[in-house]
Amino acid sequence: MITMAVKRFPLIVLALVAVAVSSCSTSTGTKDVASDRQAMVRGTGDLGLVVERADGAVVVVENTGRTALCRIDGLGDLSHASAVISRDARYAFVFGRDGGLSKIDLLGCRVVKRVIQAGNAIGGAISQDGRVVAVSNYEPGGVKLFDAGTLEELSEISARELTGANSKTVGLVDVPGRRFVVALYDGDEIWLIDAADPRQPAVRRYHNVGHMPYDAFVTPDGRTYVAGLFGEDGMVMLDLWHADAGVKRIDAGFSQSDEGERLPVYKMPHFEGVAFAGGNVFAPAVGRHDVLVIDGTNWRLRGRIPVAGQPVFTVARPDGREIWVNFALPDNGKVQVIDVARMKVVKTLEPGPAVLHMEFTPRGEEVWMSLRDADAVVVYDTATKGEIARLPMRSPSGIFFTSRAWRIGQ
Amino acid sequence: MTVAVILVTGVAAGGAARAAEDLPAERAMALTRLVHQDCGSCHGMTLKGGLGPALTPVALTGRSSADLAWVIARGRKERAMPGWEPLLPAQEIDWIARGLLDGRFLPAPATGEAR
Repeated sequence: MITMAVKRFPLIVLALVAVAVSSCSTSTGTKDVASDRQAMVRGTGDLGLVVERADGAVVVVENTGRTALCRIDGLGDLSHASAVISRDARYAFVFGRDGGLSKIDLLGCRVVKRVIQAGNAIGGAISQDGRVVAVSNYEPGGVKLFDAGTLEELSEISARELTGANSKTVGLVDVPGRRFVVALYDGDEIWLIDAADPRQPAVRRYHNVGHMPYDAFVTPDGRTYVAGLFGEDGMVMLDLWHADAGVKRIDAGFSQSDEGERLPVYKMPHFEGVAFAGGNVFAPAVGRHDVLVIDGTNWRLRGRIPVAGQPVFTVARPDGREIWVNFALPDNGKVQVIDVARMKVVKTLEPGPAVLHMEFTPRGEEVWMSLRDADAVVVYDTATKGEIARLPMRSPSGIFFTSRAWRIGQ
Repeated sequence: MTVAVILVTGVAAGGAARAAEDLPAERAMALTRLVHQDCGSCHGMTLKGGLGPALTPVALTGRSSADLAWVIARGRKERAMPGWEPLLPAQEIDWIARGLLDGRFLPAPATGEAR
């Protein structure tokens, strides 16, 4: 019985192992128990999930054999969905557009718990200790904190209550010390949220940080929070080692240049996974065919690298030698690779129509890319820059590997 | 009163039918996909809103298709809305504007979130 189940569903939940052991040991002896157990138990370090945005589903994948393992549906509106991973790398928390927060068991291939926690949400984060999940909401604007074990709502930080006006919140990340940082798209603020007591979080507000922050990231050491400003020519940074010193603007330098007005932005740049390599930050410019290079020590613009279109994601290969860039319409069929040593584009790829997201395997030998309009995820070898696998998916968007569990600022 | 209602319904149905005829079926499908997938990045795949406002017929009550077509074509400079004029011909922008008002892009009741 158990053996059959294993063949049909290789991702048997670990809890079943105990059942298998007890039932098998009576009928088949110790040796078979050991082999059955070996067949069923697996690690989670090579697992991940791919969002099928149009179907409200996620596909559980593994990046050793490069296969899809199973599909979990019923997750609502997953346009612009994202996910964070539990500290044991078994569970994923999926944040849906419709305010849905779903806790997924990657091994068991099932929804553990699902709550509709707001009318409209944009993303989330998980605390350093893995105990608190924070969700960034558009409607009602603010941040909600949840118990990562039960998804019980612990508290709500309402933009309306705190600032007097509703505001969408963007760029929510975790930073060391069970804290989170988030920016207010309509309120031009940054909040440093201390969730030491998640039922009564303390919020430190930074005002007038710049006009229309639209997304943000934190450096891999958890020290520096950087938000992009849609309404201004540049970004704003907050050094959490010197949180009393306030925020500092980073000028992108376009307003002093003779390059004219920016182009219409058909897809907002994303700071998720923004590259920090060789001491520099590589970030997408807004409405320009450029990647900005910002010095990570003094936070001044070092220069710009011209690319094939308006960048959406600028992701560093985990060793930091290369930055992979995808683009907004009408250039969303291309991916360009920047060599950090030479500070220029060295390769232009055309993986397929509508490249939405790129996720490197933990040590960067392969990259998975979702091709929304080809209904496929392709896997490229980062050394040869060639396709080595193709997995059929329906309108795939975000790809999230479990290695995110141990990274700050996810 | 009754006559007026019938008239309005007649005009709306006629408008939708004409809009559907305006474009080849293949192009209509491609644009529908664009509305869901690309507009949906900001407005939500079910058009209930996101970084951009909701674009359901109810949310757009009182707006004319000409008004919507103008915004789609030119964008909103002070917000994040891009103008689509460089990528889409006026006829297709007009088709999208009318489609937003007649609810053509909304998910069918039996699918989507209801599932």
